[in-house]
Amino acid sequence: MRTYVVTRLLLIVPTLLGVASLVFVIMRVIPGDVTLLILGGDQAGRIDASQIAALKHRLGIDQPLLTQFGTWLWGVLRFDFGTSLWSGRPVVEELLIRLPLSLELALAATIVSVLIAIPFGMLAAVRQDTWVDYLVRVISIGGLAIPSFWVGILVILFLVIFFGWGPPLEFTPPWVDPWANFQQMVWPIVTVGYRYAAVTTRMTRSSVLEVLREDYIRTAWAKGLRERAIVIRHALKNAMLPVITLIGTEFAFLIGGLVVTETVFTLNGVGRFVVDAVAHRDYPVVQALVFLIALGFVIVNLLVDLTYAWFDPRIRYR
Amino acid sequence: MATTALTHAQAAAVLAPRLTAGEEVVKFIRTKPLGGAGALIILGMLGVAVFAAVLAPYDPYVGDYGLQFARPSAEHWFGTDEFGRDVLSRVMYGARIALFVGFTASLAGCTLGGLLGVVSAYCGGKVDLLLERLMDILLAFPQLILALAIASILGPAVQNVVIAISIPIIPRAARVVRATALSVKENVYVEAVQALGATRRRVVLHHIVPNVVAPYIIMLTAQLGGAILAEAALSYLGLGTAEPTPSWGLMLSGSAPSYAEKAPWIALFPGIAISLGVFGFNLFGDSLRDALDPKLRRT
Repeated sequence: MRTYVVTRLLLIVPTLLGVASLVFVIMRVIPGDVTLLILGGDQAGRIDASQIAALKHRLGIDQPLLTQFGTWLWGVLRFDFGTSLWSGRPVVEELLIRLPLSLELALAATIVSVLIAIPFGMLAAVRQDTWVDYLVRVISIGGLAIPSFWVGILVILFLVIFFGWGPPLEFTPPWVDPWANFQQMVWPIVTVGYRYAAVTTRMTRSSVLEVLREDYIRTAWAKGLRERAIVIRHALKNAMLPVITLIGTEFAFLIGGLVVTETVFTLNGVGRFVVDAVAHRDYPVVQALVFLIALGFVIVNLLVDLTYAWFDPRIRYR
Repeated sequence: MATTALTHAQAAAVLAPRLTAGEEVVKFIRTKPLGGAGALIILGMLGVAVFAAVLAPYDPYVGDYGLQFARPSAEHWFGTDEFGRDVLSRVMYGARIALFVGFTASLAGCTLGGLLGVVSAYCGGKVDLLLERLMDILLAFPQLILALAIASILGPAVQNVVIAISIPIIPRAARVVRATALSVKENVYVEAVQALGATRRRVVLHHIVPNVVAPYIIMLTAQLGGAILAEAALSYLGLGTAEPTPSWGLMLSGSAPSYAEKAPWIALFPGIAISLGVFGFNLFGDSLRDALDPKLRRT
């Protein structure tokens, strides 16, 4: 087991280094000069060349690319992600302003989805090919099919037409005013949560289906146990492993959901921060965010793999 | 003896009924009604895309400025948009973009990923290690941000959207196909053909590839709906296809939400079209997976 853990830990290094290099290269390849965007030029769009050079020097993007990459990587090792080219403030500081909102959205959406997905997924599996199964599948496949930004647009449309609702200008944290926070966040949470629930329901269904075919379940039936006991005590426990994995690995997918949902609801969260940073060519911000998301993804996957290896010795001896 | 032979033949016929392609389809629709419904939606969408020029009542690009924001009526079933263009015609032509991007992006991503997966599994050793790390990097890179960045590099055009969407599919397909290819490789018959002196090419093409086709097809259908959604999301964020292309995502972006109160139909119908299309592909893919995966088959 120790060799397995060490190997898995060592494999993280090339992955993160690869992600760091890839995002660095991608950001430099994207056409559009950040200095031109910042300066904007005069009314005729003319920009002084010396002004550009001065700004490039100030931002540190006049150095050779390799030096820039080295400096950035050295900073990352010390958990210093540089400063935003636009606001001039440290990226970490900018991130911390937006993190509570996205974290609340992500966590609440996950909780909502798990509460919906596990019972319904289980029900669909136990009653496979009956109307209950069809209904659950149609609703969950619908959740995957309906674009979350469209759900967002419809919700806003509904709120605007019937309640004269306007999008909130500032985020109210739950510890300041829970009711205001609830009003602000409930629709984005439902929008993200529905999609997330759809994915998890499907996984729960197929996982429970697979377990229900196992020999030990047949033994449990033969022993004369009640269905309730078999499904909840025997099947669900073993079926949960892939579901928990999915909830973990869907983390990356959740980020995508945040990007779109935050844009629709004009919420100032991390997702919108990334889109804006790509549009503004704010290299340090994009690099930092992609690196941190990748780090989160890699850690979650590592934990999942280790749990699996712990449960199933065949994996670690392969 | 003759009677035994007959019973054997009869028994064989009962045990392993050979179905024609048509019978297979009927059986699929019978046992998987949701899959049949999905196939019907896909066929409908294909029909609309192919015959858009005949079916669409108006030119999707030409607007009538006297008819901006017209309510749905007998002339304009889905109403008109801010330029007075017929929403129904634009939704119909939009099926072309959605299907084109969906098919090409998932086909390209799954095929390339599948090939890498087979190579990785068959070669093993350093090649496998290297390819696996490469796939790890692509997997760890947030999907939508990767597509966003690629789309910003290449600019808004349909073929660039295809590239932007297919790249994140590659590592996912590679993973699935590699896992299957690894287990196929361990089979005794592969060892046997190798012992018989079969070339590597023959082993891979004749003995490994045919056995990974099922997961490849499952992956392909699963990615199709996702690719259509990704195109819509990219266009919605302004990085997909550019105006005046009638793309469903694009029809929902920009001004559509701001006219929501005045003309909700502009945002309503393209959204229904996306959802219905993706719904069809997912229903079909789901049932296909159930039918092809023996573990999920009803016993």
